[in-house]
Amino acid sequence: MLLRLHQIDKFYPTGEGPLHVLNGIDLSLEAGKSLALTGESGSGKSTLLHLVAGLDSPDAGEIHLGGTNIVGLNDTALAALRRATVGLVFQQFNLIPSLDVAANLAFQARLAGRPDPAWLKVLAKRLGLAQVLTRYPEQLSAGQQQRVAIGRTLAARPRLVLADEPTGNLDEATGDAVLDLMLSLVAETGAALLMVTHSNRLANRLNARVHLHAGRLV
Amino acid sequence: MVWTGLTALLSHWRRRPVQLAMLLLGLSLATALWSAVQAINGEARASYDRAAAILGQDRLAQLVREDGARMDQQVFVRLRRAGWLVSPVIEGEMRFGDVRLRVLGIDPLTLPPQAQQVNVAVGDELLPFITAPGVLYAAPETATRLTEQATPPVRVAEGLPPGTVLTDIGQAQVLLGAKDKISRLLLWPDQPIGRAPLKVTAPGLTLRQPSETGDLARLTDSFHLNLTAFGFLAFAVGLFIVHSAIGLAFEQRRQVFRTLRALGLPARVLVLLLIAELLIFALLAGLVGVALGYVVASALLPDVAATLRGLYGADVPGTLSIRPAVWAAGLAIAVIGTLVAAAQSLWRLWHLPLLAAAQPRAWARASERALRAQGVAAMVLLLTAAGIAQFGSGLEAGFALLAALLLGAALALPLVLTGILQLGGRLVRGPLAEWFWADTRQQLPGLSLALMALLLALAANVGVSTMVSSFRLTFTGWLDQRLAAELYVTARTEAEATAIHDWLAQRSDAVLPIWSVEGRVAGQPAAIYGVADHATYRDNWPILSAVPEVWDRIAAGDGALINEQLARRQELGLGDQITLPGGWRASIVGVYSDYGNPIGQVIIGIDTLVQHYPDVSRLRYAIRIAPGKAEALAAGLRAQFGLPAQNVIDQAGIKVFSLKVFERTFRVTAALNVLTLGVAGLAMFASLMTLSGMRLPQLAPVWAMGLTRRHLAWLELSRGLLLAALTMLAAVPVGIALAFVLLAVVNVEAFGWRLPMHLFPGDWARLAALALLAAGLAAAAPAWRLARLSPSDLLKVFAHER
Ligand SMILES: Nc1ncnc2c1ncn2[C@@H]1O[C@H](COP(=O)(O)OP(=O)(O)O)[C@@H](O)[C@H]1O
Ligand SMILES: [Mg+2]
Repeated sequence: MLLRLHQIDKFYPTGEGPLHVLNGIDLSLEAGKSLALTGESGSGKSTLLHLVAGLDSPDAGEIHLGGTNIVGLNDTALAALRRATVGLVFQQFNLIPSLDVAANLAFQARLAGRPDPAWLKVLAKRLGLAQVLTRYPEQLSAGQQQRVAIGRTLAARPRLVLADEPTGNLDEATGDAVLDLMLSLVAETGAALLMVTHSNRLANRLNARVHLHAGRLV
Repeated sequence: MVWTGLTALLSHWRRRPVQLAMLLLGLSLATALWSAVQAINGEARASYDRAAAILGQDRLAQLVREDGARMDQQVFVRLRRAGWLVSPVIEGEMRFGDVRLRVLGIDPLTLPPQAQQVNVAVGDELLPFITAPGVLYAAPETATRLTEQATPPVRVAEGLPPGTVLTDIGQAQVLLGAKDKISRLLLWPDQPIGRAPLKVTAPGLTLRQPSETGDLARLTDSFHLNLTAFGFLAFAVGLFIVHSAIGLAFEQRRQVFRTLRALGLPARVLVLLLIAELLIFALLAGLVGVALGYVVASALLPDVAATLRGLYGADVPGTLSIRPAVWAAGLAIAVIGTLVAAAQSLWRLWHLPLLAAAQPRAWARASERALRAQGVAAMVLLLTAAGIAQFGSGLEAGFALLAALLLGAALALPLVLTGILQLGGRLVRGPLAEWFWADTRQQLPGLSLALMALLLALAANVGVSTMVSSFRLTFTGWLDQRLAAELYVTARTEAEATAIHDWLAQRSDAVLPIWSVEGRVAGQPAAIYGVADHATYRDNWPILSAVPEVWDRIAAGDGALINEQLARRQELGLGDQITLPGGWRASIVGVYSDYGNPIGQVIIGIDTLVQHYPDVSRLRYAIRIAPGKAEALAAGLRAQFGLPAQNVIDQAGIKVFSLKVFERTFRVTAALNVLTLGVAGLAMFASLMTLSGMRLPQLAPVWAMGLTRRHLAWLELSRGLLLAALTMLAAVPVGIALAFVLLAVVNVEAFGWRLPMHLFPGDWARLAALALLAAGLAAAAPAWRLARLSPSDLLKVFAHER
């Protein structure tokens, strides 16, 4: 089992006392499989994803990633984990504005110590980015930006891809096209995928789906 | 509506107290440095005016000799008999112990009412005034300095310039050793008709019209211009802070502006409200700034006063008085500065389309075109500087050259840094290093104002310290040459002087007279010295240029040496003729350097001096003796003649004193320099703080991809250091150019001497360390904040609401 969550609790402090966002979450995902995480806006989907990525820590529970419990690891270890194992695609603000497309695409793979120019070339071509490699993020359309983000994540061949409404900022046609690309490329690399979405239509295209409501999975 | 608008606008500052503090601090510091300089200048000018107004010189015409020498008292008698209403005045310098004073002798019976400085002609005051030993009137400060000295009775009189005593002409003639001599004649405003013409009664005299500004004001003009230039530089550097704080506050309130506009507030009213807000801040910061300026000024004034005394013989009191003009000027400059700094933001607001989308980073992302325009402006300014250097002349041209050079360099800086960062990015390997350089380059537009301020401060520092150190090196070498004699002795009377001379004849290697008269040469005040024909001068005198066998010609009474400042100011060269006091002429056979002397100087043979000026006071001698025996001889001299300690001075004593004067001279500029650097550091801090809030979207993806916050914070800190280091590198050549202009143009115009330039890389290293420290401190707070940022703050970047 690549990913296993056990009894995860998460609170946010708010003005009206702590907000119990996640309440005893159990979840697992096998290598090479894809899982959709759905739920209303504000139900805690992003929070869950951030915990899995090691970007934030839960108040209780265990997160086993590739066999190790990442809860309680220090900053440095979590950063190393993000480099080595995880790939992230957010809805927006994915890219490094001061680097051009080529450098953005290669960044994570190089950071992780797994540069692979041949694979990068394939990715750029498949993602339709070959013509815009010297542009900067602000000179790209939203759809192009998302494709760069996907390419960058997959270039590093992570074992787990985490995507938070990767097409939420795009119109439907573009979103579908981008998602198609992502799903087939993820399948080719053999990575597992955990994708947050609030669209049933998109969720149905993955191997499995879970629904988050009132802090619990249903 | 208007009130609601104003409260809505002002509420911004309540939520961002640091930003408000930066704005007010920048403005008050800028105003403070500016006002400090104004207060110092104002104090000095007031005392020059007092000096110029003494005896009504600013209102009364006078009769003087063309060559500035003293005239016989007989001339006065003749003019009175011919019907002229004139009053005699004698003026001269003398020492009471170690206090050097200007002595003014007046005739209370004929003095015009306009010249009445002190009313001595009433009741019991007159008799003691005109009979021996007389009475000295002096300003309170001067009177205090005289309490220890043996002088005639001293009375306090307000309104006299410091360092001046007023006494009866008869007493003054005795004190100055100038029996039956007078310096000038004051003319009553209304003269009787039918008096004999001047040419007939008193040939050789000319009429000098009343003048508002004395010699002092003219001599010291350049010094004050210098200070003003520095004050202005500091002010400009401070405005960089204000500009960036205002720009940020406007950008962050775009949403508020739009809402207010949408609610029906006209653009005109909105702009007026914002101007009102800025005016409130400007007045507030202006008040604090002027008050702070007074603190700075009173800390600096003693040094300035010492400088003016040492360099120009100008007496300026060491304490400040509060001047309304300084307050008004300080507040005005604060308001003007604020409006200048806000002009761009106000202009943009005026043109803000009602529905334009907010672009929080738009102002930070200067377009390529703006950068190019800036580059063109920099080129134009630098070319202008080169043009002025080639064709300009005069002190104003010198300062225009400095301004064009500094501004051009500052404008060119972002372009230069962009180039360097681009190159650096190409040279490094590895994703983080590449990102670091690329990202640093992207930060430039937001930081360029602060970096320009830093460049100005650093370049000014390099320039001024290079000038001062070059000057110090030259000056010390020059002192060694100039002060070749081992001992200097001053007798109290001529009889004593003769006795001392005879006593020394067998006990020393040589006794060389230092005798001089004062007068005007080529229209400016000068001293004429006679020198003996001796190896002391032949071997050591700091000659800049001379004809062959120059000392033989001086000894033969054939020719004169003049100092550099006289040569430069009057454009005199070898072979030119000058007219000396008394009307005789001599040809220039050499020019020598004479640093630190405000007036002109002429050297002729001692015999020639005595022949033309038989009345010359013969009190001072230089003594040559083996250095090891000097101390014993000095003690012997004092014991033999009962001379006060300060009448026998050794070489080392004078050197120490001269160097002390020298160091004090530049302490003020050094202090202004350090303050300017501090302001620049603050500008950098303000910008970095500002940017750090907008940095998160740029940093968050890198963090998500596997960097710790600590690592990112270190990189941010290094970024600040890198930029400061690069700016320092750029500042060195600019500073050297600045030093060159100061040494080769401004000093020549201001003081009349040109100095060779020496470079001191050690100083630069120290300055670089200081700059890095300032940048490190400025970058530390934002970096620290980043390191401690909670993950959820970073995650907000990716949250959907944005
Ligand atoms: N840093 C935070 N501090 C306080 N409350 C937060 C924070 N982040 C998220 N929340 C709250 O937690 C809930 C879940 O947020 P999120 O995980 O972003 O939901 P989703 O992604 O499903 O829309 C929301 O109610 C949100 O307002
Ligand atoms: Mg979400």
